[in-house]
Amino acid sequence: MRHLLDTQHLSRAAALEILDVAEDMADTQRREVKKLPTLRGKTVVNLFFEDSTRTRISFEAAAKRLSADVINFSAKGSSVSKGESLQDTAQTLQAMGADAVVIRHGASGAPRTLATSGWISAGVVNAGDGTHEHPTQALLDAFTIRKRLFGDDSRGRDLHGIRVTIVGDVLHSRVARSNVWLLHTLGAHVTLVAPPTLVPQDVTGWPVEVDYDLDHAIAAGPDALMMLRIQLERMSAAYFPTEREYSRRYGLDARRLQALPDGSIVLHPGPMNRGLEISAEAADSPRSTVLEQVTNGVSVRMAVLYLLLAGERPDTEKEDLR
Amino acid sequence: MNTRTVMHDADIARALTRISHEILESNKGPEGLVLLGIPTRGVTLADRIGPLVSDFGGAPVPVGSIDVTMYRDDLHRNPTRTPRKTEIPAGGIDGKTVVLIDDVLFSGRSIRAALDALQDIGRPAAVRLATLIDRGHRELPIRPDFVGKNLPSARDERVNVRLAEIDGIEEVTIES
Repeated sequence: MRHLLDTQHLSRAAALEILDVAEDMADTQRREVKKLPTLRGKTVVNLFFEDSTRTRISFEAAAKRLSADVINFSAKGSSVSKGESLQDTAQTLQAMGADAVVIRHGASGAPRTLATSGWISAGVVNAGDGTHEHPTQALLDAFTIRKRLFGDDSRGRDLHGIRVTIVGDVLHSRVARSNVWLLHTLGAHVTLVAPPTLVPQDVTGWPVEVDYDLDHAIAAGPDALMMLRIQLERMSAAYFPTEREYSRRYGLDARRLQALPDGSIVLHPGPMNRGLEISAEAADSPRSTVLEQVTNGVSVRMAVLYLLLAGERPDTEKEDLR
Repeated sequence: MNTRTVMHDADIARALTRISHEILESNKGPEGLVLLGIPTRGVTLADRIGPLVSDFGGAPVPVGSIDVTMYRDDLHRNPTRTPRKTEIPAGGIDGKTVVLIDDVLFSGRSIRAALDALQDIGRPAAVRLATLIDRGHRELPIRPDFVGKNLPSARDERVNVRLAEIDGIEEVTIES
C-alpha cells in the first residue's frame, strides 16, 4: 500500500488485509510492553489543518507504539496562518525527511493533491478531508462491528449480509461516506436515515437504501446502528427547525434503544452531543461501542502505518490509485 | 535446476521424536517447559513436538506460537509481510524454559527477532532453540540446542521443508 486516500477505491482484499493486521496489532496492545520496534527510524508527520483531538492522538499513539518518530503540525500558530501554501508546507516536510504524512484538511481532495503532486515521496494517509472521506474511521468502525459480532473468529471474515443503519447528518459527514463505501465493499447492507435536508443530492449513486423514519429503520432490526454527530460547526443554513425536534425524531433515546433487537450494537464516531443525537442511556449502555472504537482506532491506525511503511516502498505511483 | 530429497516422512518423524527426547533430557523432565513455534512451519512442528514431549514426559507441556515479523531487521528490504498470530499459552513465559521451534536455521536473524519478541512478552528463565534443519551460514552468534539434521549447503541453494498439514506432502528438499 502506498497511500490511503479513501475507501471508495479500496479493494475487498486490501480492506481485509488492514483489518486482519489490525487484529495482530490489537493482540500486541494487550501485552505488558505495548511498544513494537517495527518502524524505528521512520518519521510520521501529523499535518492537521483542522481541529481534531481524538484522531490526532490516535495516530500519534499508533505511530509511537510502532517506535516511529512523530512530528505534530497544526495549522494554528504555524506558517500556514502566515499564508504558506500546501505545496510549500509539503516540500518543507519532504526536506525534513518525513516517511508518512497523516493529513486532515478542510478541503475535499487535499490528501490526493498531496499524494499525486510529486511534492513529496512520503506515504499519505487521509485523516479526514472536507466532506469527502475519513477512511481510518470507517476501517475502525468495520473492525469494531466485526469484533463485536464474530469475537475471536473475526480474522479473514467480511461483513456479508450484516445490516448497518447510519443515522444523522449524512450530508456533512465524511465518516458516513467512507463507511458507505467500505461496508458495501465488505458485503454489508447499508441504510441511511436522515431528515431529507441532510441527505446528499448524489445519494442515488450510492449503494444504499434511504429511510426518513428512524423508528421504521429500527423496526427493520439492524445489526449495527451508527449515530453520526450533528456537526453544528458545519451548518451554515437551517437544516432542521430546532435541536429538540431533531432529537425527538432522529435521536437515539431510551425507547428506541429498547426497540433494537438483541445483539445489535450502537456506534458513534465521537465526540458525542449527548442529549442531541444520542441519549446518555444509549451512550452508556452495554450496546454502545464508543470506547471500543477508540481502542480499536489505535490498532487500525497501527495496521495502516505498518502496511504503508514497513515494507519496501513501491517506486511506481500506479498501485495506490487501485 | 537440480532437486534432491534429503529427508522423507519417516526421517522427519524420527528426528522429531529424537528432538522431543533431547528436550526432556536437557530440561530433566517436562517441568516449566513452554514450546513456541515460529510461523509458519515452526508452528506445525511445535504442534507435533508438543504431544510427543507431553507423552514421553508424562505431563502436559504448553504449546504456542510467536510471530517475529514486527521485530525483523529486514522489513524495509522486502515487500510488506503480513504478520501472523502470536499465541502465548495461558501460563505465560515468565520463569519458564522456552523452546523456540523453527523449520530451517539459516542466517539466525529470525531467531534474533524472536528473542526480541520474547523480551516484550516476559522474562523466561532460559531460552532454547530447536530446528529441523540447520543449514549453516549464520550471520549472528546464534546456535541451536536441538537439531533434526545438519545439512551443509551452499548459500545460493534453497532448502524447502514441506509438511503434510500445510503442503500436503512430507519432505525436505534441497535445490541448486
